[in-house]
Amino acid sequence: MSTSLKINGKTHDVDLPEDVPLLWVLRDEIGLTGTKYGCGVAACGACTVHIGETAVRSCQVALGDVWDDVTTIEGLGTPETMAVIQAAWVENQVAQCGYCQSGQIMQAAALLTENDSPSDEDIDLAMQGNLCRCGTYPRIRAAIHTASAKMKEV
Amino acid sequence: MSRIGKIARRSFLIGSVAIVGGVAFGAYKINQPAPNPLKPESGQTALNPFILIDAQGVTLIAPRAEMGQGVHTTWAALIAEELDVALEDVRVLHGPAGKAYYNSAMLGEALPGKGYDTSAFLHSVGGALGRIGRLVDLQLTGGSSSMKDGFVRMRETGAAARETLKQAAATRLGLSRDELKTENGIVIAPDGSRFTYSELAEDAAGITPPDVTLRDPSEWRYLGKSTPRIDVVGKSTGTAQFGIDTRLPGMKFAALRANPRLGGGMKGFDASAAETMPGVEKVVDLGDAVAVVAKNTWLAQQALDMVEIDWEDAPYPPETDQLFDAIARSFDEKPNSAMRDDGDAETLPDGANELTAEYRVPYLAHATMEPMNATALHDGIALDVWCGNQDPIFQQKKCAELAGIEQENVRIHTTLMGGGFGRRAELDFASYATLLATQMKGTPVQLTWSREEDMRHDFYRPGAIGRFRGAVKDGRAVLLDGQIAAQSVMGQSLKRYAGISPMGPDKVHVEGAFNQPYGIPNYRIRGYLTDLAVPVGSWRSVGNSHNAFFHETFIDELAHAAGRDPLDFRIELAQGVHAPSVGCLEAVREMSGWTGKTPDGVGRGVAFTYSFGTPVAEVIEVVDEDGTIRIRKAWIACDVGTALDPSIIKAQMESGLIYGLSAACFGEITFAGGEVEQFNFPDYDALRLHNTPEIETRILETNPYLGGVGEPGTPPSMPALGNALFDLTGKRARSLPLSKEFDLLA
Ligand code: FES
Ligand code: FES
Repeated sequence: MSTSLKINGKTHDVDLPEDVPLLWVLRDEIGLTGTKYGCGVAACGACTVHIGETAVRSCQVALGDVWDDVTTIEGLGTPETMAVIQAAWVENQVAQCGYCQSGQIMQAAALLTENDSPSDEDIDLAMQGNLCRCGTYPRIRAAIHTASAKMKEV
Repeated sequence: MSRIGKIARRSFLIGSVAIVGGVAFGAYKINQPAPNPLKPESGQTALNPFILIDAQGVTLIAPRAEMGQGVHTTWAALIAEELDVALEDVRVLHGPAGKAYYNSAMLGEALPGKGYDTSAFLHSVGGALGRIGRLVDLQLTGGSSSMKDGFVRMRETGAAARETLKQAAATRLGLSRDELKTENGIVIAPDGSRFTYSELAEDAAGITPPDVTLRDPSEWRYLGKSTPRIDVVGKSTGTAQFGIDTRLPGMKFAALRANPRLGGGMKGFDASAAETMPGVEKVVDLGDAVAVVAKNTWLAQQALDMVEIDWEDAPYPPETDQLFDAIARSFDEKPNSAMRDDGDAETLPDGANELTAEYRVPYLAHATMEPMNATALHDGIALDVWCGNQDPIFQQKKCAELAGIEQENVRIHTTLMGGGFGRRAELDFASYATLLATQMKGTPVQLTWSREEDMRHDFYRPGAIGRFRGAVKDGRAVLLDGQIAAQSVMGQSLKRYAGISPMGPDKVHVEGAFNQPYGIPNYRIRGYLTDLAVPVGSWRSVGNSHNAFFHETFIDELAHAAGRDPLDFRIELAQGVHAPSVGCLEAVREMSGWTGKTPDGVGRGVAFTYSFGTPVAEVIEVVDEDGTIRIRKAWIACDVGTALDPSIIKAQMESGLIYGLSAACFGEITFAGGEVEQFNFPDYDALRLHNTPEIETRILETNPYLGGVGEPGTPPSMPALGNALFDLTGKRARSLPLSKEFDLLA
């Protein structure tokens, strides 16, 4: 049985059992490898994508349960046309190894959609599910503030 | 000038060679050029190059692996600085396995000195010893050594390339080289005519690179300034390719299960239930592990859970307590080392106050964000392996051996790494992928560890015990006698990587304790090695990661016993021994507004460690918030000699501190029935954004030598936190992790 998904504005028909997590559909079937596997148990946030406007852990959403359009890091912006938040990440030189950053950015983007002027407490609350073993947290916080300021300018 | 001095100055020669449509510049090693690692296209004869120039522009072959530490950016800046190209115009590729890419600085670290007292003469010897790197295939990213290694070599190669290109233009114009200038990839003649490097490249190939003088740091355009990382856009847009992102036509996905009783064998398995599951292609016997190959990684993981495997027992005592009993028993054996033995550590000085303490730290996992993985394709003759790794030559050798083919038929493609921290120097991921690929000839297969498999099959930071005895008199330390017992990381890892069994004193085992720049008249550090088969490996800062906690907690205990401020006490100990270390301690005093007093509900601690050539002082502040303790602030001062890229150094210091604090707060690997009890991040957590302190970093540049930056931030963080908790609660932290005894914000 095939499931139809709209990802980054494009429709994909996926022929896989309905219980396969969205993460693996993205990575191993469709080839969108920007979304990362870190834990598989909702404990690291590396797999964060948007379903509709909500940030979700794609390792926890079964293919059959995807309820709306999916946006991954590749759909947020490209190297040539970065989203405001991605440009803020570059401006603050956040990434070290970079492996967690897709998830961090998707989580932060959803926060900013909901609240365009998050306080440090709001950031703490929204971001604590996203692990970074390189410890880029100080720059993640700075980048969220940069993005918030930029988004209000326009 | 001694012979050693001569060798050191001539330890490499810059050479050039023609490639199709261009030229390659690189360094020959003394004695003879190492075999060329690049497999040139037909007609090309590249040497061991660092720079390629052709119609596409300038490409840097980076012999060091990028695992987040920013090495590619700084290596590119070193080249661009002398070559006169815009940094953004330099492309960087990971180098293939090649002996010419030896790590000269790392071997220098193997010298007997403490480091901070190394004379300029010994530094030259270190450079000369670097050539041993070639003999033992030490193309290794680690030991915080990349910049020490590349600092001169990369700039000289860049300068030689620039002068050769100028010579090519000069010959064309019938002018002398001195009359020409270079700017942003272009040679400019006095009459204003311009030649791009690309158009001169083929001519340059026929010219022997002239001798060069390096530019004075005052003329630097890139070095010494924060430059945008060349990998940052890719890593902010999901387009950076890690090992786990390798995708090849027709590729299959596989999951691995090895014996959770580490190193034990496999008696047999029953895969009948797994084999019939949808999407499963095959179940493969890897000798001491099983792999399931499927349509995607998740299906492979699910099917693997259905395989029933009969494992052998662990080759070590199965419970944590038994392991620590064995570690404690090594104190009864002969010491392996006494790397420091000043004065008389046996006798208690007259009228001195004696103090003893025992410290314990647990085994630790690396828990890199990207789980271990490798992708391999065996086409029947040659083997290609794609993986993030810190040592491609070791990987290549091992894979060749396992596949039963010649080393030159193995190509290691080094990808970006989602964290290394020492874990990706191991050979297990490429090895299992090779074993799998040899049973699936013609089909590329990606083998990925589940997080659980990764956590439970690490090469752990060894558990360790420190026994310290010391004495104070008239407010000063007059005796420090430390003993350290643990498994030997070097003993195990050199055996695994290169089949070498090191003998003699194990310096890494006691680093962070024996080599601290403190003047204590009676000062001895002895190391005891524990013979256990628990797999152990290099974990960010290696021996320093446990010894700094022992040593700097004990220094704090001595300061308190002496009735002294712990920061003053340390400054006094370092005074007259190592000025850059004093400078770091003074800097954190000023930055943190240290007074030695803290209000109720606030605690502060300081610690200092000299490691990888860099002294680092850290102050940590903790606050009691209704019974929960939060780490509120941290101040770091480091002296790296020359700050090649301040933004990257600052990021590395913060990263090192957070990595150390994560372990100090929550990190612990324990064993039951021979199996690791931690499975995933909920059992082995780390600091997250909400409980990471605000961090201020100051970079000093008085150190006469270039120090490492990737690791030195880690060691002092753990004792600084313990010392802060003592200040807050009056309870002395003598074992880790601290969350067992203190109510830390999780
Ligand atoms: S992989 Fe989904 S939260 Fe970690
Ligand atoms: S940047 Fe490496 S895990 Fe976050």
